[in-house]
Amino acid sequence: MTVEATAGPAVRSTPRIQSELMKSRVAAAMWFLVPMLVALAIVAGWPLLRTIYFSFTNTSLNNLYGGDFVGFKNYLSWTTLKSGRTVFSGLLVDPAWWNAVGNTLRFAVISVTLETVIGMIVALVLNAEFKGRGIVRAAILIPWAIPTIVSAKMWSWMLNDQFGIINDLFLNLGIISQKVAWTASADTAMTAVLIVDIWKTTPFMALLILAGLQMVPKDVYEAARIDGVHPVKVFFRVTLPLVRPAVMVAVIFRLLDAMRIFDLIYVLTPNSSATKTMSVISRENLFDFDKFAYGSAQSTLLFLLIAVMTGLYIWLGKVRFDGGDR
Amino acid sequence: MTMDLWAITKRVAFYALVIFIVVVAVFPFYYAILTSFKSGTDLFRVTYLPTSFSLDNYSAVLNVGDFPRNVLNSVFVAAVTVLLALFLAITASFALSRVRFRGRGIILMTILAVSMFPQIAVLAGLFEVIRFLGIYNTPWALIFSYTIFTLPFTVWVLTTFMRDLPIEIEEAAIVDGATPWVIITKVFMPLMWPALVTTGLLAFIGAWNEFLFALTFTSSNATRTVPVAIALLSGGTQHEIPWGAIMAASVIVTVPLVILVLIFQRKIISGLTAGGVKG
Repeated sequence: MTVEATAGPAVRSTPRIQSELMKSRVAAAMWFLVPMLVALAIVAGWPLLRTIYFSFTNTSLNNLYGGDFVGFKNYLSWTTLKSGRTVFSGLLVDPAWWNAVGNTLRFAVISVTLETVIGMIVALVLNAEFKGRGIVRAAILIPWAIPTIVSAKMWSWMLNDQFGIINDLFLNLGIISQKVAWTASADTAMTAVLIVDIWKTTPFMALLILAGLQMVPKDVYEAARIDGVHPVKVFFRVTLPLVRPAVMVAVIFRLLDAMRIFDLIYVLTPNSSATKTMSVISRENLFDFDKFAYGSAQSTLLFLLIAVMTGLYIWLGKVRFDGGDR
Repeated sequence: MTMDLWAITKRVAFYALVIFIVVVAVFPFYYAILTSFKSGTDLFRVTYLPTSFSLDNYSAVLNVGDFPRNVLNSVFVAAVTVLLALFLAITASFALSRVRFRGRGIILMTILAVSMFPQIAVLAGLFEVIRFLGIYNTPWALIFSYTIFTLPFTVWVLTTFMRDLPIEIEEAAIVDGATPWVIITKVFMPLMWPALVTTGLLAFIGAWNEFLFALTFTSSNATRTVPVAIALLSGGTQHEIPWGAIMAASVIVTVPLVILVLIFQRKIISGLTAGGVKG
């Protein structure tokens, strides 16, 4: 860092002038950064600290400043009854919470896995040269461009049990024998959510993977073709190792994004305990059930989980943050 | 002969896959448009091709209730959010990309960390701040809160972009005695229009589509943005969901977006892959 600082990016004149120039540049840089940092502190830092604080109080929605500090009571507390039995209560022993944790993890793992596989297929198709490639690329941008709420509504109409086109199509094709209440039934609600999320997010995945694919030099394929290597072998031995870094970045971003899913589930399968995720259950407690402090505790736990995942990612991936020379 | 057959089969299979991808990607939007032009009992008859044409749903959405107002709210909120984020981000990313100083890595890491924040984690605290500022149930509550995801994203992408601008241009300006502010506004800005348009557009789409904050920080029909309005659109009775109107509203808010995205296709793809931050 210090070496870089003296070897400053700009002027190569006498050291005195250069250092003065550097000083004024650094001073200007500080002034440029202050507004952004203040803005982030107000909209992100402070609210996060307050949420964590609320989780240790008994604050209610109608009286934000009237809460008392209660320690870890929202997370876990116990009382010993006269009979000698100990009764636990709080978030860590709440089955509804653990159900939401399970739903979130299941959703995140399944959706990201399928999106990666399908995204890879779509990216490989787009990487091939054929007539109409531009049209395909434009077409797959459409799901990405449609607002999540709108796609949730479109799909809940298509998945409608009585008048939905999906039931009609599947009945005609003989895939199902009777109409399915996709979004309402507990058995299929998660499937419905996964279908919509995969439809909506695979394009993003495909485009990121495609960007990676396009950086693979063409002569690598040429050489493999001349040597008569089977295309499948080329994919697993050449293409996949080369695009792995790009794919990993996309997978991590998607995973972190999937962990906090709210809007799709809130609209597509409202009040279904089969799909309720951590974000959905936290908001419900915060604003619908008047358990503000309890909801704060839930969102704090979700934050911790994502923070740990992000930390692991940075540590394992050795991501460079010096913004350095590319 | 068998080789030819094999080659033909492969070609057919490939194009079948291509057609399948296009149909799956486009069909839901197509079906929403198709539904939005149906009215009455037609609505509940499944058809794969357009059979009737009626504008009832559109006139219902545009003349009854607050939907036009909701569209205006969305446009206002998204536009102001983007301008604010770009203004804060241009100067900040100049500092982060062109000046070397201690702590730059930590600031960049903080920005990336904020962009990965689960929004629910700040919801309770933001609610308190918004109540405290007295902007609850106004567009300002949304503009204020959307900064949390538009600002890190724009800073990150613009920093990546500015880092790649050639040093010689800046050197020439410095020799002429230009201050950093002049360098940003007079030298870099003209070069940065493509990047600004791309990041601005992506941030606009993000703000336009946002749901959680909009649902939580507004409480009346007249202040809602489009996603919340569509999510809460209900019929005369509780069990009668106005599917036709919902689809008409969906088409109205999606068509401009789809057109924009198709026009700026290439730029958006490069912006997405450079930022790689949000979907």
